[in-house]
Amino acid sequence: MSGSNSVPVTEQGMKIVGFLCNWCSYGGADTAGVCRFKQPTDLRIIRIPCTGRMDPLFAAKSLIYGADGVLVSGCHPRDCHYAVGNLYARRRLEVLKHFLPFMGIDPRRFHYTWVSASEGQLWQRVVTDFSEQIHQLGPNPGIGAESEIFEKLGN
Amino acid sequence: MRIGVFVCQCGTNIAGTVDTQEVARRAGNLPDVAYATSYMYTCSEPGQQEIQRAIREKNLQGVVVAACSPRMHEPTFRRAVERAGLNRFMFEMANIREHVSWINNDREANTRKAAELVEMAVAKLRFNQPLFSSQISVNKRVMVIGGGVAGIQAALDCSDGGLDVVLVERKSSIGGKMAQLDKTFPTVDCSSCILGPKMVDVVQKDNITLHAASEVESISGYVGNFTVEVRKKATYVDWTACTGCGACIEKCPSRKVPDVFNENLANARAINIPFPQAIPKKATINRDYCLHFTKGKCGTCQKVCPTGAVNYEMQDEIVTEQVGAIIVATGYDLFDASVYGEYGGGRYADVISGIQYERILSASGPFGGHIKRPSDGKEPKDIVFIACVGSRDASVGRPYCSGVCCMYIAKQAILTRDHLPDTRVWVFYMDIRAPGKNYDEFVRRAQEEYGVQYIRGRVGKVYPKGDRMVVQGNDTLLGVQVEVEADLVVLATGIEASAGARELAEKLRISYDQYGFYMESHPKLRPVETNTAGVYLAGVCQGPKDIPSSVAMGSAAAAKVQALFSRDTIETNPQVALVNERVCISCGKCIQVCPFGAIQWKELRGGIRKAEVLPSVCQGCGLCNATCPPKAIQLQHATDNQILAEVNALCA
Repeated sequence: MSGSNSVPVTEQGMKIVGFLCNWCSYGGADTAGVCRFKQPTDLRIIRIPCTGRMDPLFAAKSLIYGADGVLVSGCHPRDCHYAVGNLYARRRLEVLKHFLPFMGIDPRRFHYTWVSASEGQLWQRVVTDFSEQIHQLGPNPGIGAESEIFEKLGN
Repeated sequence: MRIGVFVCQCGTNIAGTVDTQEVARRAGNLPDVAYATSYMYTCSEPGQQEIQRAIREKNLQGVVVAACSPRMHEPTFRRAVERAGLNRFMFEMANIREHVSWINNDREANTRKAAELVEMAVAKLRFNQPLFSSQISVNKRVMVIGGGVAGIQAALDCSDGGLDVVLVERKSSIGGKMAQLDKTFPTVDCSSCILGPKMVDVVQKDNITLHAASEVESISGYVGNFTVEVRKKATYVDWTACTGCGACIEKCPSRKVPDVFNENLANARAINIPFPQAIPKKATINRDYCLHFTKGKCGTCQKVCPTGAVNYEMQDEIVTEQVGAIIVATGYDLFDASVYGEYGGGRYADVISGIQYERILSASGPFGGHIKRPSDGKEPKDIVFIACVGSRDASVGRPYCSGVCCMYIAKQAILTRDHLPDTRVWVFYMDIRAPGKNYDEFVRRAQEEYGVQYIRGRVGKVYPKGDRMVVQGNDTLLGVQVEVEADLVVLATGIEASAGARELAEKLRISYDQYGFYMESHPKLRPVETNTAGVYLAGVCQGPKDIPSSVAMGSAAAAKVQALFSRDTIETNPQVALVNERVCISCGKCIQVCPFGAIQWKELRGGIRKAEVLPSVCQGCGLCNATCPPKAIQLQHATDNQILAEVNALCA
């Protein structure tokens, strides 16, 4: 079922990978589902124990392999199930965001945020907004293809 | 690997917007998938039997269930596959209900998404390994931190269950805030009369060790095997010799020491026992006021002590306690009313806090239970209570309701009218919050039987006029400005997290909310557990609550400890980090980042050091895994290979 590149976008939709921590955001996505908050269908969620588990490489590899967007979401800062995991995540993912243009990837394809297990409505908005943004950017043309971004950023 | 895929229809919950037959059909084409089917209710008894039958008949080595959220039924299905002889970690779930069928009605897109989620689950499962729990022994001693009513209840319940208890209290006596109260709502029974016997029980139980005037210095270890260092602060009185006779207090020449127990409404001596019912009833010297320490020229207490208990040379002492579980019951502090400059709390002598009024009402208080105002000792003729001082006000960072103030105002108003029937009482309130058993009736009694004037509205200003105070506010029910002249103004100060709550949380490795209240594991279903195994909560340290709830929580925490200790060993969670020593470069980064201190150095032959995970301490967050430069440390069941397999299945 793979191979988003071979099928026209309009039919296939976009391929967005979500990395959600088990305790807050995965629960928040469940809450949104339980409340029947309608969302676009482009997102595929991978459950990780904590955003602290989030190796920036997971996001980079997803984009290199051809994902159109990567969304990471965890517990709000100070509210981590493991006390500090999301604080490490915040630093790593912020660095990654700045690093993506140098790989020739539009940094707007990557987003990280915090959604708690009770914030179903917020999750709906996060997914809707990010999916919309990816639809506007269009399919991922492949690594390096968005290098004009690098040139723009490189003064 | 031979994998079976079971796509649940969940009645029409999933099948309504997902073609489950098609999802199963596509799953059948995936590598290693030996069997794929769709079923009406997979979680039902026949549904689980269907999985078990397929495992046996098709000789399956791994199972994927595409159904609801794993947060809902992962444990159910893990048990099901285990009963059929598979390791429970040879199981994966694809969430096609909460994340697919319930959030969009596009059947085609949903079917495609569900099929892809199944493909990702299968891809991960192909990298799964059977994991096994190990057993760790349990030290059946429990530590209770905090000797308020919640901690006392927890300690007594554990003690009744035959457990050895170590009770640590920061102050020189247990009793907490409840010991300061005069009466309790809604029964108006005497606080110290119901708490006192419990306090006495604590010292009379052979299996309770009490460390008063002590604080937790450090905590290491894990569930079943904690090591806690307790700092016993120097009291300058040898408590084994002190009989609590009070001769030293009588003769102490330093007489202008703020009496903290009486909320600074009276003076104490530099050597003091905080209140007559104190447990333990032992004297303590306050260094800041003692003339021996400040001027170096007094030694009266040492001379008069009949047992020679006074020892000016005493030092803090560190005691090490080994326990298997910890109950945290550190209570709360009261909001500092001086934050509201317009009310004049802390500026005018006759604007006092609720707890100060409680001391005034108390027969053992500064005025012997006679209601007098602090400024001139006159009997007040008009008293105004102001509710929600430091509660339900985001502008002072306290948007939450303290839960007890409405009730203690009603109680204090009733007691006031009982003591002084001619005194008029007004209450300015926002809303009346009285949801407990007999609580609303109690407030109504204050209003109807005792004639307390309730005015709905906020107070804008309190200012002095002659020797009285003027309270200016509005009555939102009548829509008018009101001014009340009063002899005494009582601010119903709200509850806030205890000073030092955050520092203790860091030592315990438990989380706290933005106000400093400790976080329970689940707000509804795990109210006394924390996310650190073996650490439990009781009382207001978790959030504002009244005495009955605190006591109930103390008992609940004790019951949890008893359940934990009812077995000799505990099963560990095998989803922990594991070091591949051949890949480890001994950089120590994992040791630095681990929030739980679960990784330590292991000496190999030749002085080589490698990281080693303590499986019983590891909580499975995976922070070390993401940090490790050569990826030598891998979180079991969420390894790099497993997560990248999912990414790969979706994107490549």
